[in-house]
Amino acid sequence: MYQFNFAPVIHYLPKLLAGALLTLTISSVAIALGFALGVTCAVLRDNGPSPVRMLVSIYVEAVRNTPFLVQLFIVYFALPTVGIKLTAVEAGLVAMVANLGAYAAEIVRAGMEAVHRLQLEAGAALGMSRLQILRHVVLPPAIEAVYPSLTSQFILMMLASSLLSAISVGELTGVAQLLDSLTFRSFEIYAAVGVLYVLITLLMKAAFQGIGYASFKRWRRLRTGPAWSFAPLKPLRRLWTNGRDA
Amino acid sequence: MFGQFGWHAITLLLLAARWTVLLSALAFALGGAAGFVVALLRTGRSPVLRGLSATYIEVVQGTPVLILLFVAYFGVALVGIDVPPLLAASIALTVFSSAYLGEIWRGCIDSIPRAQWEASESLAMTRWQQLRHIILPQAFRISLPPTVGFLVQLIKNTSVASLISMVELTREGQLIANATFRPLSTFVAVALIYFVLCFPLSKFSQTLERRLHVGRQS
Repeated sequence: MYQFNFAPVIHYLPKLLAGALLTLTISSVAIALGFALGVTCAVLRDNGPSPVRMLVSIYVEAVRNTPFLVQLFIVYFALPTVGIKLTAVEAGLVAMVANLGAYAAEIVRAGMEAVHRLQLEAGAALGMSRLQILRHVVLPPAIEAVYPSLTSQFILMMLASSLLSAISVGELTGVAQLLDSLTFRSFEIYAAVGVLYVLITLLMKAAFQGIGYASFKRWRRLRTGPAWSFAPLKPLRRLWTNGRDA
Repeated sequence: MFGQFGWHAITLLLLAARWTVLLSALAFALGGAAGFVVALLRTGRSPVLRGLSATYIEVVQGTPVLILLFVAYFGVALVGIDVPPLLAASIALTVFSSAYLGEIWRGCIDSIPRAQWEASESLAMTRWQQLRHIILPQAFRISLPPTVGFLVQLIKNTSVASLISMVELTREGQLIANATFRPLSTFVAVALIYFVLCFPLSKFSQTLERRLHVGRQS
């Protein structure tokens, strides 16, 4: 019978936490840049000159219909053959930004389409330039409307950063693979790392909710924002609220 | 084995793509069955089962597929048998798709107006009859576009199986890139094959969404 032994996990916990910190850092940078790229692409896809529109569409469809791992291999293994040499972390970041940019573009564009046409006309009637309309009339409600989808995509990106271990980046999964080869306690280490990822996910969810409340006045004033809650506990709440809410 | 990237390599890639398709199909069928149960528990009447299924979804959706794969790979090995990568990959991707499909289908069931439940209850239907004849047929229509959309995600995620040396499309690409020293042509060809598998499904999902006039809530 197999004896579980979590002692190596506890012994190497500082290393795992350092890996988790790198995961968070890389993800944060990729999310910031990817979001900016996504908004730019969403705007260009609807407003740019037609060759630009087509290029953006091709980029978005190409990224969304191929695996992130293959994109990562192209950036890390294939680009050097055409003279672009990147370190593993740089290649990982480039792949993450390119990947997230395409998904964010599609999500933000859906939000922009949901903004009523009359809003644009009202903006024009106030003498706003196209750029001003975009900046003050279209983007804020568009991003607010798709904020939940956007943040789930950000979290999926953080989870996908685990694939950077395949090109030898020492983020959380990379550290886990190293410890696995040192201690041979594979199952224990990967199970513990799974728990760490769940914690990072919960942390990011809470952070995005905080950022949402800080960014969208409507959430605070009209209380239309999501309630602070942990989904798994929601159904169980009936137990201590005596069945008053579902 | 061969010095350059040519038709031979492309044939090998296409043959390896069969494993990608098989793995996707297995994970979709098994994950779909498990996800259906998860969705029913998640919308069911027992608060304990709802809490458990919600926790399951939250934990699986909070873990990278790669970690699920490693846990499955080394977890099955604990029983003492030599684990074929296909088995480990199928288990991991089944767990993965059961959580995501469970959550997607929960949303579809929840989006059926409560009045439908009440109306069918007033006809003295049992809970199972309500589900079977009233709720699920309507939820099924709504669920089609996001389910096909998820299938695309699943196909792309099978590429992760390459990291436990299962020779599917991505792994074959790595092997060929190493043998031919032509990573650019090889990985672009690999990406193209994935694109050919995924793009029609993505388009189909969009068409379904338009045709059913039931846009995914975003």
